[in-house]
Amino acid sequence: MPEIVLETVGLTMNFGGVVASDNVDFRLKEGELRCLIGPNGAGKSTFFKCIAGLQIPSSGQVFMRGQETTHWTSHQVASLGVGIKTQVPSVLDSLSVFENIWLAARRFMSKAEANDKTHQVIERFSLQPIVNSDLGRLAHGERQRVELGMVTVADPWLILLDEPAAGMTAEEVDKIGEVITELTNFSSIIIVEHDMQFIRSIASTVTVFHQGRVLMEDNVDVVMSDPVLREIYLGKKP
Amino acid sequence: MDLSFVLLIELLYAIASLILISSGLAVVFGMMKVINLAHGEFIMMGGFVTIVAENAGVNIFVAMLLVAPITVGLIGLVVERLIIRHLYGRLIDTMLATWGLSLFFVGLVTMIFGNTTTSITTPITGFSVGDYQVNGYNFFVILVAISLVTSMYIFLKTTRFGLIARGTMQDPDIATALGYSPARVYMATFFCGSALSGLAGAVLAPLVGLVPSSGATYIAKAFITVIGGGPSLIFGLVSSSAGFGLVNQFFTFYISPVYGEVALLISAVVLLRVMPQGITGKYFRGKM
Amino acid sequence: MILRSAKREYGTIIVASLMLMFLLPYLVNTYTLTVILIYGMLGTSLGLIWGFGGILCFGQAAFFGLGAYTYAVSSINFGESTGAMLLSIVIPAAFAFCLGLVIFYGRLNDVYLGVMTLVVTLILFKFINSTAGPQYIIGKAKLGGFNGIPRFHTLNVPGRPEDYIYGDSLYYFVACALIIVFVLVTALLRSSFGRIAVGIRENETRIGLMGYDSRSRKTILFSIGAAIAGLAGALFANWGEIVTPGLFSLRQSAEIIIWCIVGGLGTRIGPIVGAAALTYLKYGLGQQSIVDNALVFGVILIFFVLFLPKGLVPWAVSVWHSVFQRKFVRRPHNRRYRSSRPDLSREI
Repeated sequence: MPEIVLETVGLTMNFGGVVASDNVDFRLKEGELRCLIGPNGAGKSTFFKCIAGLQIPSSGQVFMRGQETTHWTSHQVASLGVGIKTQVPSVLDSLSVFENIWLAARRFMSKAEANDKTHQVIERFSLQPIVNSDLGRLAHGERQRVELGMVTVADPWLILLDEPAAGMTAEEVDKIGEVITELTNFSSIIIVEHDMQFIRSIASTVTVFHQGRVLMEDNVDVVMSDPVLREIYLGKKP
Repeated sequence: MDLSFVLLIELLYAIASLILISSGLAVVFGMMKVINLAHGEFIMMGGFVTIVAENAGVNIFVAMLLVAPITVGLIGLVVERLIIRHLYGRLIDTMLATWGLSLFFVGLVTMIFGNTTTSITTPITGFSVGDYQVNGYNFFVILVAISLVTSMYIFLKTTRFGLIARGTMQDPDIATALGYSPARVYMATFFCGSALSGLAGAVLAPLVGLVPSSGATYIAKAFITVIGGGPSLIFGLVSSSAGFGLVNQFFTFYISPVYGEVALLISAVVLLRVMPQGITGKYFRGKM
Repeated sequence: MILRSAKREYGTIIVASLMLMFLLPYLVNTYTLTVILIYGMLGTSLGLIWGFGGILCFGQAAFFGLGAYTYAVSSINFGESTGAMLLSIVIPAAFAFCLGLVIFYGRLNDVYLGVMTLVVTLILFKFINSTAGPQYIIGKAKLGGFNGIPRFHTLNVPGRPEDYIYGDSLYYFVACALIIVFVLVTALLRSSFGRIAVGIRENETRIGLMGYDSRSRKTILFSIGAAIAGLAGALFANWGEIVTPGLFSLRQSAEIIIWCIVGGLGTRIGPIVGAAALTYLKYGLGQQSIVDNALVFGVILIFFVLFLPKGLVPWAVSVWHSVFQRKFVRRPHNRRYRSSRPDLSREI
């Protein structure tokens, strides 16, 4: 019986009068790759922020590997061994690619080990040509790749990615897809995404959010051909 | 009974002077998110302009309520066009540049007026209530403060400019999108803010011995009143002035004026720790 | 960011500063030099927490004054300077630590940090200024209010209270202290702690997402800055032989900020250069009475914020680069731009 690595119970987030997340129950099994999809404003990003410690939910609970993390800050969540990538690339602009990844590694290991791991990640993500460039000078796609490197360098057991494919070329997206598929051998992954093709190429189970609630949760092909889903996304009456 | 009346007047006066000295900074910070650290010097210059005008024969009330605000408002306009304009969006840089400006003005006024204390007498004499002497001028200050808050409220609520101002406060981009030149709005705002500072300095001038370095005492109190008040212009200003005024007077009465000042500052630290968004940050969002 | 070898960097620093230490007294008298170095140390303290840590403290003078007063009060009570010197480093640091707990754990942003530190300086100033009465006494030391504390035991060789260090000896002592501080700051910035602190300045959210607790680190960095400022304060007390409330003033805090901006934020030597240049300017201005001191400083600050926001040292470095280094830019995939002249940039 595979372990439940992430669970939310009745997770709710109110902003003033707006209910962004409405009583969400969610479970992720070990080694699973789950995509969260839904139209804009459906509550995916809010849910993401609540589990990542970027937001404290109004009510409900979050559990990681059985431990309650509901009111934890993001640094506490990350310290557990969770890799988090936010929607907008969040990197250290005036430091180099090497330093960014090194700092991410250093949190969990000694200087020497961090050096080694950083070199490994640089190879894996083909970052050698820009290894000493300051992040502020890089193109968006490169920054995303570096951030992905930062998130994965310490071999996290849970990875949370918010729109990892945004703004990338088709080639880069394929590469990301490969990396993610590889990562599922070691980690459980949650991805918030819009790019349907990308999702199809990597995912098996998909959770659909709508108006703050979970609408359905099923295999990606089943979900894609569901008429209700079509209506929500495209506004067509069945 | 008489004592209570006098204490009440003292309290209202303390609140009124906080409102007056903070209003200019509140307008500029509330509308433009600019922290003008030369604000204290604007107040000081309002005082000096009043003294100069009165010595030149202008009626004191005209000097206080017209000449000083307009003069300082114009000074503010020049400052905005020359310096502030280049630093919009750069909060820390604005603070630093205006700090430089405050040094500049202190130096300038010292060069013109020298370092001696200048003062003028209060135009309204005091009267007695029971065994205590009450300074009649305090009533005037309280009156000015009340009129100020009321007129700001009316202006913001009913006039077209007020509406534009409120819109800009909430979202400067929308105001631009609606066709109002942000440069003009900012110029007008800074003029008004500076004029209000000048007014404060003018009205308070008869009560203090004015020296070029007087600005320093004002800026700290104004700063914490504005930040403590939060984003809402009028509610914030009034509520935080009331709160800090109360603390100040309480400790001044029971211990000494120095402890009153220190208590005010400490309560500011406590307030900001507990309510980082200011008093109106949580509860009065969106209201004026 | 250039990763120089540690040995080479420390070697350069020590050799260059020892040379300066011995040569400068031929140009300027040691009395003035001492205070310039003390201000340089004070500037370094703010340069560390602001330029590298991103903490803009409007009240760094509070720790300076606290260090000075701690020294005065302690040395009167101890009759000897060694314990007093140590206390004047520890007390400001402890105070900053407590302050840091309030400020950094309160999720306050930059502006509020500025306000808080400003307010704290004011509180200290107002309080000390009002302590003129004889009842304000700590042990044997009267606080003296606006008059300050005039007579206390100045620096002596540890263990020999009658063996005073003053004049030229004080200069060498202060210079060595500054060199040690500079080397320690360099070491700190090269360490993991230092790299993470810079990261916090860059993007605090991302550092949090990496699993680092930025709040505790900022508090510690803030305390280190306060310790350095406190040491500068104690040394100032020994130089000036009097401590007054003016050390806590807003004016003093403003000057420290101006030194950093003029000298160059984000560099280690910038604040020292700024402090030296502006202190020299201030004394020069003090000799004449045509233009007011404050006016000049105000104009300088405005000028730098508007036109040279990076400060003198980075500007000078960029001028050096454009004059003494070849002007071509090497693009890895654009062979056309490679010049036939030898690449001198590696040798400089």
